[in-house]
Amino acid sequence: MIVLAQAVLYGTPLLYAALGELLAERSGVLNLGVEGMMLFGAAIGFWITQRVEGSTPVVLFLAVVASAIAGAAMAAIHAFLVITLRANQIVSGLALTIFAGGLGLSAYVGTELGLADLPATHQFRDLDVLGLGDLPLVGPIVFDQSALVYASWGLTLLVALYLGRTRWGLNVRAVGEAPASADVMGINVTLYRYVHVLVGGAFAGVAGACYSLSITAGWTSGDTLVGGAGWIAIALVIFAFWRAELCLAGAYLFGALSALPFALQARDVEVAPEFLYALPYVMTIVVLVLVSTGLAKRRLGAPAALGVPYVREER
Amino acid sequence: MKLERRLTQPWWLSVAVPVGSLVVAFALMGVVLALTGHSAWETYRKIFEAGFTGNGAMSATLISATPILFTGLAAAAAFRMQLFNIGAEGQLYLGAIGASWIALQLGDRDVTSTPVFAVAMCVAAAVLGALWASIPGVLRAFARTNEIITSLMLNYVAGLLLTYLIFDSSSYWRDTSTLQARSFPQGKPMPEASNWPTFGSSVVVPLGFLIGILVALGLWVLYTRMRFGFEVGVIADSPRAARYAGMRTRRKILSVMALSGAIAGIGGASQIGDFTYTLDGSPTGLQAAAFGYTGIVVAALARYNPFAVCLVAVLIGGLLNAGYTLQGPDFPSGLVGVMQGIILFCALGGELLLRYRLRITRVRAGKPVAEASL
Repeated sequence: MIVLAQAVLYGTPLLYAALGELLAERSGVLNLGVEGMMLFGAAIGFWITQRVEGSTPVVLFLAVVASAIAGAAMAAIHAFLVITLRANQIVSGLALTIFAGGLGLSAYVGTELGLADLPATHQFRDLDVLGLGDLPLVGPIVFDQSALVYASWGLTLLVALYLGRTRWGLNVRAVGEAPASADVMGINVTLYRYVHVLVGGAFAGVAGACYSLSITAGWTSGDTLVGGAGWIAIALVIFAFWRAELCLAGAYLFGALSALPFALQARDVEVAPEFLYALPYVMTIVVLVLVSTGLAKRRLGAPAALGVPYVREER
Repeated sequence: MKLERRLTQPWWLSVAVPVGSLVVAFALMGVVLALTGHSAWETYRKIFEAGFTGNGAMSATLISATPILFTGLAAAAAFRMQLFNIGAEGQLYLGAIGASWIALQLGDRDVTSTPVFAVAMCVAAAVLGALWASIPGVLRAFARTNEIITSLMLNYVAGLLLTYLIFDSSSYWRDTSTLQARSFPQGKPMPEASNWPTFGSSVVVPLGFLIGILVALGLWVLYTRMRFGFEVGVIADSPRAARYAGMRTRRKILSVMALSGAIAGIGGASQIGDFTYTLDGSPTGLQAAAFGYTGIVVAALARYNPFAVCLVAVLIGGLLNAGYTLQGPDFPSGLVGVMQGIILFCALGGELLLRYRLRITRVRAGKPVAEASL
């Protein structure tokens, strides 16, 4: 049971990051810089909790907002390079991860601000909603989670409704599937792509904050804080066939895989810890293979213009 | 301002654009440094001295340049076919594991010839690196699984494997001969004869760097003078055209991934033979350096040209070396990564000028008056 509650805990950053990547990819822009944006968001969020005085909810709210801005700022670099300068999206995304990641800007900012080894002053606590946290089975999973978790559920619903039920959402899908046609319809392809890459970056920043404000509550140098979750989130979007509601299910599946090593370790399983830690990575590969073999023929869900720069003169 | 697609590229542009990108990158970095209260000019002077002109700086720079020369070539080999192997990091670890295994084995059999060691280590490393890279290769070729994510996930697995071999098992690689070695886990020292020779006196050139240049030469011949490279180019530009022409895309994916992994693997052998002389499994050792990711920066800046990779590897090697030397309050740890990122961004942005011509048109009273092309 603890494992399932942990799955939600570890799945939440994956969910935020995957929803962000989903928005960017639906508009036709692949952003492989998720890991970097998360690490930078994590550092900035933690810095705000150290600097701002006030009651915990206010401070945490500001920290999450700051993380989102930090993530969006990083995404803006990628957006400028791939939308305006028509650069290769894959290499630009990798560059963003190197730039913002554990050996780059987040380490630079973290050391300059002296974040390492600072004790966490504010962190997200589990809210016992309606006092139902003690219910058997569903209690710890559904009613005893932090505000970040409840917000992520709302966000999933919002993104699903946005993409499926609003005019803007339909326009985004048009931009991702057939930018030339969308352009003819009078949709501003460049603007749509910029907005969605930036919002996607903001979500990734919040995902990073899930680590530094909730899961481990603190900041450590290097990339161990996020530990590849950004990449798992990108895999998750493929796994979810580019649908928001499936991201939710996938996030908790991958969250369970991420939580599994700790759960097994707590039970004194006679296996070297490295094998347990490798599980989430190996399982990501396995899941990805299963998804890609089964549906390779139709490439179900992938936006047709994903990764292709749009140039009006060359359509 | 208008962008027009270039039909032909003047030859000087492919030199001018990367150099210009570097200049812009350093200017941008200067802004970042100034904003965070560091003197840009002073920092650059220190980097240049610690990386290139100082006493023994060039020798140290070649040490940093060697592994990223290999990972850069590995990335260039794969990226040329639009095959994004980001697993050079893990393939390098596997190469190091293979090279140290064969060196210890030969040591146990009392082999004392250094050339035998060097060749055996390179072969073992190339084989293991190629096998590790073949996992995403096979998955991409037969299941169409995205190689970016699978090769990246395998980096983490390879890192954990490395830690496991030295820290959490009594593996063949781990030194358990003394009490101290048992309580502070470390790899077995390699036999003396397996230490690779160096060349030159004022600037010490490690054997690995020379092997890297040979690999670059081989790669250049393979990609520009042989059918293999031609087919790789066609598949990269138009997979459909390649299929209609009867090229075996699957087989090409498999061989390019294996080739890329083998090159990264030899980089691991060079780490063992040239520098560490033991398999370093600690998180602060081989795994902290992020050679694989830096290789991507090198390859992209070199525009996937093997000879340019050699040059850029020395340049970025100097930057890394300066980073190690200068690390301290004046030179925070993330600075080198930030610089690499900015350099890569600028190189990517500069690509635009290679492919397009920037035409500045001033329109006055509806008629173009002045026209200047850049």
